[in-house]
Amino acid sequence: MAELGVKIGNLHLNNPVLTASGTFGYGEEFADFIDLNSLGGFIVKGTTLEPRQGNDYPRMVETPSGMLNAVGLQNKGVDYFIENIYPRLTEYTSEIIVNISGSAVEDYAKVAEKLNALPRINAIEVNISCPNVKTGGMAFGTTTTGAAAVTKAVREAFDKTLIVKLSPNVTDITEIARAVEAEGADAVSLINTLMGMAIDVERQKPYLSTYTGGLSGAAVRPVAVRMVWQVHKAVKIPIIGLGGIMSGRDAMEFILAGATAIEVGTANFINPKVTVEIVDYINEYCQRHGVSDINQLIGII
Amino acid sequence: MEKNDTMTAHNYMVDFTITDTEYVSPDVVLLKMTPADSKVQLKEMNIRPGQFAQVKTPDNATFLRRPISICFVDLEQNKLWLLVRNAGNGSRAIMNSPVGATLNIILPLGNGFGMEICGDTPLLIGGGVGCAPLLMFGAHLKANGITPTFLIGARNKDFVLLEDKLSVYGPVYVSTDDGSYGDKGLVIDNHILKEKFSSIYTCGPLPMMKAAAAIAKEKNMPCEVSLENVMGCGIGACLCCVEKTVKGNVCVCKEGPVFNITQLLWQN
Ligand SMILES: Cc1cc2nc3c(=O)[nH]c(=O)nc-3n(C[C@H](O)[C@H](O)[C@H](O)COP(=O)(O)OP(=O)(O)OC[C@H]3O[C@@H](n4cnc5c(N)ncnc54)[C@H](O)[C@@H]3O)c2cc1C
Ligand SMILES: Cc1cc2nc3c(=O)[nH]c(=O)nc-3n(C[C@H](O)[C@H](O)[C@H](O)COP(=O)(O)O)c2cc1C
Ligand code: FES
Repeated sequence: MAELGVKIGNLHLNNPVLTASGTFGYGEEFADFIDLNSLGGFIVKGTTLEPRQGNDYPRMVETPSGMLNAVGLQNKGVDYFIENIYPRLTEYTSEIIVNISGSAVEDYAKVAEKLNALPRINAIEVNISCPNVKTGGMAFGTTTTGAAAVTKAVREAFDKTLIVKLSPNVTDITEIARAVEAEGADAVSLINTLMGMAIDVERQKPYLSTYTGGLSGAAVRPVAVRMVWQVHKAVKIPIIGLGGIMSGRDAMEFILAGATAIEVGTANFINPKVTVEIVDYINEYCQRHGVSDINQLIGII
Repeated sequence: MEKNDTMTAHNYMVDFTITDTEYVSPDVVLLKMTPADSKVQLKEMNIRPGQFAQVKTPDNATFLRRPISICFVDLEQNKLWLLVRNAGNGSRAIMNSPVGATLNIILPLGNGFGMEICGDTPLLIGGGVGCAPLLMFGAHLKANGITPTFLIGARNKDFVLLEDKLSVYGPVYVSTDDGSYGDKGLVIDNHILKEKFSSIYTCGPLPMMKAAAAIAKEKNMPCEVSLENVMGCGIGACLCCVEKTVKGNVCVCKEGPVFNITQLLWQN
């Protein structure tokens, strides 16, 4: 067995395999298929200060080698999470990371502060791809000032490992990565979904109720690998890579490009056992390549 | 979705080997299959009528799995039946699977039909491949001493599905659009609806289900419908399949696909 443990800030993961927020429910949905404790950790659904009903149906459509979604952060709010879901999740031994979202900087900080009090939550992942209502809905994550402001506020409210999840819908992702690093992020994760659109030409209508949505799945992988590679050259903090990882091979692509850990998203819908298969593959890969520790392979490209 | 106490059923991911394939209409195939590993016993899965399966399309014909209703479970022969209509790339790849081919399937998913509202004389209305789950449900009712009445709709005579199989469990009435078989017109205009039933269960195209629900409401009959919202995961993880209900947006894959109409907000 190769050494698969990795470190993200103060967070020790038994292996580099995490799950992507919004694609893995609260983990429990997958308990019939895999041993959740065999993952490095799992990142639960996007959580907001207040409950959110999300967008209208239809919220998804399949596209070539991927899908568009417009779920719109449906969740029951951070208080419900703390009271009703968190206690159940503490029975698992792998790391539980909460993904947080907001429509104002203060909302992010309030959610982070509440989560800071939970002993089993050692890290949060901040989704900055959300519209900032105060600036007319432009996503925080698309400007260096917006990304920095959210990171700064959350940093003050949360003293454990802070991961900022970057949006790929920008001209230069390395700029945003540097901005959040400067405000004290312990790590960055990338990529969130790519903005896309699909039209039903027979009905002459967009497939999604919101017209546009987030593209995920195998189709986005080359874009994601490129961005991880670029960000790896630009910042010193660890990178968590994701976007279109469907197999162990794909996970290795991200690690070689510079990711210390990876997240598996849409692939869980197709193969609910894919995460544990990826853990096994990485171990087998290391042995096949005569590497005793996965850390030796991070960012060698 | 958080786990709801009523839904503690275990989900399985199983490779099935196709054993029989039969065109039952010009665009629908009835597939019978058995677990590739003969140690896997369907009777241990506690599959209930109205539940569905997520089928991985052969040769990656599509990116995502496709949801298909459980049509019937033959416990003696350890066989699962799926009734699949050609609706596009995914369903076509599934229905064209030859005998001996393997299909990877996640099952049993969702909540099935409820018995609470049933009464002594339930009417089961199916449109097109919506007849599929009614077969297993009909068998289940019969085994519980209740004789259901079936009402099924089709485009024309050639497209009538499962009539002989359903008739084992109760009388079958048919409507065809062109009148080539049974009553002419829509299912909900069939003469049998003039009679009294204790409840209505329906699965099929949305306009048909809405019309059936309207009749049920008007006649004060309890009614359950099986929705076919587009699905990403089928296991409650993605929140893509939501339906607006009195409880807010809920996942059809987890809290449905069968809903009592009193829960739905579509009375428009
Ligand atoms: C709970 C449930 C039970 C079903 N039971 C059956 C059944 O027993 N037999 C049967 O033939 N069909 C059934 N369907 C419908 C079947 O899932 C769709 O026909 C199939 O997914 C179409 O995929 P495609 O690739 O062939 O066509 P596509 O070209 O992808 O789509 C054709 C149509 O199918 C719908 N559709 C596409 N993808 C999905 C998806 N992931 N989920 C739901 N709908 C989709 C689209 O909205 C479109 O209207 C069921 C659907 C649901 C949700
Ligand atoms: C249905 C769905 C819901 C998602 N919800 C969230 C979310 O709540 N917060 C978030 O940061 N990312 C969310 N994402 C983005 C994923 O976490 C991930 O960044 C993206 O899907 C790319 O990875 P993938 O190609 O492996 O799925 C969601 C993605 C999907 C498909
Ligand atoms: S299809 Fe994913 S939650 Fe229902």
